[in-house]
Amino acid sequence: MSDYNFAYLDEDTKRMIRRALLKAVAIPGYQVPFASREMPMPYGWGTGGVQVTAACLVPEDVLKVIDQGSDDTTNAVSIRKFFVKTSGVAVTETTTEATVIQTRHRIPEQALHEGQILVYQVPIPEPLRFLEPRETETRKMHELQEYGLMHVKLYEDIARHGTIATSYAYPVKVEGRYIMDPSPIPKFDNPKLGGNAALQLFGAGREQRIYAVPPYSDVVSLDFDDHPFVAGKAPHDCDLCGAADSYLDEVITDDQGTRMYVCSDTDFCATRRTAGHVGRLAAPYEVTP
Amino acid sequence: MTPLLQVANLTKRYGARIGCQDVSFDLWPGEVLGIVGESGSGKSTLLSCLAGHLKPDLGAITYDSRLGARDVLAMSEAERRLLGRTDWAYVHQNPRDGLRMGVSAGGNVGERLMAVGARHYGQIRTQALDWLGRVEIAADRVDDRPSAFSGGMQQRLQIARNLVTGPRLVFMDEPTGGLDVSVQARLLDLLRGLVREMGLSVIIVTHDLAVVRLLADRLMVMKNGRVIESGLTDQVLDDPQAPYTQLLVSSVLQV
Repeated sequence: MSDYNFAYLDEDTKRMIRRALLKAVAIPGYQVPFASREMPMPYGWGTGGVQVTAACLVPEDVLKVIDQGSDDTTNAVSIRKFFVKTSGVAVTETTTEATVIQTRHRIPEQALHEGQILVYQVPIPEPLRFLEPRETETRKMHELQEYGLMHVKLYEDIARHGTIATSYAYPVKVEGRYIMDPSPIPKFDNPKLGGNAALQLFGAGREQRIYAVPPYSDVVSLDFDDHPFVAGKAPHDCDLCGAADSYLDEVITDDQGTRMYVCSDTDFCATRRTAGHVGRLAAPYEVTP
Repeated sequence: MTPLLQVANLTKRYGARIGCQDVSFDLWPGEVLGIVGESGSGKSTLLSCLAGHLKPDLGAITYDSRLGARDVLAMSEAERRLLGRTDWAYVHQNPRDGLRMGVSAGGNVGERLMAVGARHYGQIRTQALDWLGRVEIAADRVDDRPSAFSGGMQQRLQIARNLVTGPRLVFMDEPTGGLDVSVQARLLDLLRGLVREMGLSVIIVTHDLAVVRLLADRLMVMKNGRVIESGLTDQVLDDPQAPYTQLLVSSVLQV
């Protein structure tokens, strides 16, 4: 351990955040203001998520951090190291073992179970922001449930592209009341928001907002009667593990336009490869000792 | 028959200054009421109070809604805003205030429909196209943004956006304000047609006597926040009684 207080934040700050979290859980989808602290990383790197994680962690927790589904990108590695250094909790890459998962822009493929907490990093918590720039007005719209404007965005998509082209940060309605921005997760993940056994917490550091989706909540993606919501993904199988039902990253492999598709969830992919699944381009998998 | 809107002793002050004072009138269904006066005479303050954008200090406003008479000033904000999206409409002088400039023309017209629960894209689009046709905007402009429209087209689009939910009461604040004369004439023609066809009740604020001559059944003349003369439009304009009204009528340039 070190000279830091457990999980970096002081106890008063953690209490303040926990109060905001309790309120957020009590009112699913409602954006609770909180006094976001300056963190030792820039805004946009997950300061909101880190504060929520810090307020939730207990010494017995097992932490997993992912960035776009991956355990080993810069953002994920540095946040994981940050908590190892400041709290000393155990860390893991295995989704099923983790008790707290901080995520940037993905929900793990592996179904979550009760008792797990999924913490999202949120850049812009207000789903109406780009249609109505006035915060006073958007708050009023949430208060009075004036959500027609959200459909204007979808209307514009169809008018311009012939189909709902919004593919991430796809707006949802939580428990029949609040419209919520699920953070920039692909709309492929939207169906996993509703009825999820895990507690889902959202932290926006720069915007100073916390919101939540409690376990087994009703979450509906907005759509039109004649243009229903479709959870899209690239029409391929994973080239490493052969999974047909996971969200894929497109990787360009040369300057001739050759590309491969791989699971964005690295833990999911590795688990499948260990179990013997082989994709189109996979070399025989060797478990490193 | 009961009046659609009853206004009694409406007063709005800005500190020691008078916005409008002791304004009372009844608006009947299907009637077009013109409010004229010079700049600073309280016309716009009065209109804002009537539409619920400003809270008056004194007075009463009763609206005969589809569900019976309602005290507008005692309504909850939710109810007033719902009324503002359905039964009422507000046409701003500057179309930029009444339109979403970053959203296509079809989206602008469709917004009010979606705000009252329309969730079928095909039907919303059909209605938007129908309304664009009624305000003489070509159907192939439906996906263009209002910023690509001329001033007259923007104003017509704003009118379409307001009328699409079939309101009963329309507030207009200088609807022909920034437009040149020929465009004004076409817009007035269009407005007159729509008002008659839909049986709208309209309160129109303007400083342009030609506009009220064409549109309004009845006229109120305001000066320094008070109504100084009211009556049938032709009567007031042809035989003005108050000195200020006489001045106003005689100031119109004859070409």
